[in-house]
Amino acid sequence: MDFQLSKEHEMLQKMYRDFTENEVKPFAEEVDEEEQFPVETVKKLARYGFLGIPFPKEYGGQGADHLAYAMAVEELSKACATTAVIVSAHTSLCASPIYMFGSEEQKQKYLPPLNRGEMLGAFGLTEPGAGTDAGGQQTMAVLVDDHYILNGTKFFITNAGYADVYIIIAMTDKSVGTRGCSAFIVEKDFPGFSVGKKEKKLGIKGSSTCELILEDCIVPKENLLGREGEGFKIAMRTLDGGRVGIAAQALGIGQGAVDETVKYVKERKQFNKRISQFQNTQFQLADMQTRVEASRLLVYRAACGEDCKQPFAHLAAMAKLYASETASDVTRRAVQLFGGYGYTREYPVERMMRDAKITEIYEGTSEVQRMVIAAWMKIN
Amino acid sequence: MKIVVCIKQVPDTTEVKLDPKTGTLIREGIPSIINPDDKAGIEAALRIKEETGANVTVLSMGPPQADAALREALAMGVDEAILLTDRAFGGADTWATSSTLAAALKKIPYDLVITGRQAIDGDTAQVGPQIAEHLGIPQVSYVSELHVKDGYVAARRDFEDRYHLIKVACPCLVTALAELNKPRYMSVGGIMDAYRDRQVTVWTLADIQDTVDPANLGLKGSPTKVKKSFTKAAKGSGEKFSVGADEAVTIIMEKLRGKNLI
Repeated sequence: MDFQLSKEHEMLQKMYRDFTENEVKPFAEEVDEEEQFPVETVKKLARYGFLGIPFPKEYGGQGADHLAYAMAVEELSKACATTAVIVSAHTSLCASPIYMFGSEEQKQKYLPPLNRGEMLGAFGLTEPGAGTDAGGQQTMAVLVDDHYILNGTKFFITNAGYADVYIIIAMTDKSVGTRGCSAFIVEKDFPGFSVGKKEKKLGIKGSSTCELILEDCIVPKENLLGREGEGFKIAMRTLDGGRVGIAAQALGIGQGAVDETVKYVKERKQFNKRISQFQNTQFQLADMQTRVEASRLLVYRAACGEDCKQPFAHLAAMAKLYASETASDVTRRAVQLFGGYGYTREYPVERMMRDAKITEIYEGTSEVQRMVIAAWMKIN
Repeated sequence: MKIVVCIKQVPDTTEVKLDPKTGTLIREGIPSIINPDDKAGIEAALRIKEETGANVTVLSMGPPQADAALREALAMGVDEAILLTDRAFGGADTWATSSTLAAALKKIPYDLVITGRQAIDGDTAQVGPQIAEHLGIPQVSYVSELHVKDGYVAARRDFEDRYHLIKVACPCLVTALAELNKPRYMSVGGIMDAYRDRQVTVWTLADIQDTVDPANLGLKGSPTKVKKSFTKAAKGSGEKFSVGADEAVTIIMEKLRGKNLI
C-alpha cells in the first residue's frame, strides 16, 4: 500500500493551492456577504481546466482522474465552499452522467462545452415532495412524436440560473415506481423551462440554489439520457460520484478551519501567553486535525475506488458521512477556539461553520449515507 | 520566431538559511519553485507565442530535481524543455553557469533569449548579461515591458529613477523583471501532459562539449571564491521609550554617542 501522491497529483495540488490562495480566497468573504455567484471566478476555473478534470481529452476534458478532481474540490473548499460546490455539481452531477450514460452523439454535443466551461451544468432530482424519498417523483415526461413534454417542479437545484445544461429526472411511467423514472438532458433555452424562486440559505450563500419550473417543457427525444426507465439508476449512480465531491468539499472546509485556527492561536494572547501554549488548545487542534486526516483518507480512498472501477458506493457514503460530520464538528470547535472573534464575521470560521452544515444534508443526508452503508453491510 | 527562456529552480523563500559550518544553503524542507523573474520570462514568451505562434523552449542547468521546474513550464504551455545536468556542471558560479547555458544555446536556434533578472537565492543578476556576452548578441536588462515586431524587440528597461524604451534587433537577450506580468497558472490538462506524454530533454557535458571550453565549467571553472557565508543574526527586540520629542532627541544622541557613531 502506497500512500504517496504521484508526481502529477503533487503538481496539481501545488497549482490548486496557488490558484485558491490568489484567485479564490480574496473573494470568499464577499461572495458570502453579498450572496453573489462568483461569475468571474468560474471563468478562471474554466481557463485552468477545473471544470473538466476527470474526463478524457477527446471530450474536451483534462485527462485526469477522480482523485485529481476530489483534490481540486478540497483545495477550493479550504477558502470558499461556494466556489467548490459549483465545480462539484457541474462535474459530478451533470458532465459525469452524460459521460457514463450518454450516447456518443450526446457526449460529442455536450461534454466538450461542459468540460471547457463554456457551459455550466446542474442536476434536478429533488422535488418539493421528493427529497430523501427520491422515488416519489411527481415530474412527468410524456412522449409526443419526436419529443418529450415535461411537467413538474424541481427544488433546491445547485447552479440553477447560471447553468446551461440540466440533467432532469422525470417519470415516464408512474405505474412501475422508480423503474418508471427517466433522465433527460435539458437545456436552459428549451421552451417551457424556467428558473423559479431563489433560496436564502444559512451557508454556501454565493451558490445559486433555485427552483426549476417545467411547464410543458419540450425536450427532443434524442435528449433522453440512457433508456426509458433507467432514470433512477442513473440518478443513484450519479449521486455516488457526487458524494465524493461533497465529501471532498467537507474535507476542505474542515482543513481550512484547522489552518485558520492554527494561525490564530499562535497570535492571540491571554494571561500573557499565546493561547497555543495552553494544553486545551493543543489537544483540541490535535483532535481536529486527526479527524480531518481520517476524512482525507476516506475521501481519497473513495475517489481511487471510482478510478479503479471498483464498487465504491459504500466508500463514497462513508467518506461523505465522516467528512461532513467532521467538518461540522471541527468548524464549531474552531469558532470556540477563536472565542468572541470567531463569532464575528471579521474572521472566516463562522462562515466555515455555516458552510459545513450543508455537507451533512445535500446529495443524501447523513442518514441516507448510513442507509447506504448498512445496506452494503447486508444489515436488514 | 524561436524563443528560449532560461530558468532556475530555487528554494521557495527569500529567507534562505545557511549552514553555519559549511556556509552552504540549507535546502531541506524548503519547497522548490521556478525563480519568480524567470517565471515572468516564461509568461512573456507564452504571450508572444499566443500572438505570433512563436515556439518556446525552456532551458535550465541544475541537478536532476530541476526536472520539476521544467515540467511546470511544460504545464504552463511551453513547447520544449531541456535540462542541462552533469556532475561536471556542479558548483558553478555565474561565469561557469553562463558559459554552460551559452554552450547549450549555441546548439538551439533562437531569435530571442529571455532570462530572469536575478535569482532569489543568489541575487547576482549576472547570468543573463553574461550569456549575451558569450553569444555576442545585444542585451536589454531589467525589462518591465516587452513587445516583438518584424525581427525587433521593443523593451522597457527600468532603472530606479527612470526608464528607457529600447528597440533592438533579433537575435537578442532580455532579462525579465517579475513585474513584467502576472504569470498564468499551470492547467490541469497541462500538468497531466507534462508528466504522462511529454519529455524533458536531458543534456550532459557530452552534448555540449564541442561548444564550450571545459575549463569554464563547474566548480573548477568558477573564478568566484566565496570567502564567507553567514546567516544574519536575529536582532533582539529594541528598547522602547514613550517620551516627548525633545527627550527623544536626547536619548537618540546619547545612544549614538555611546556607540561612537557620532
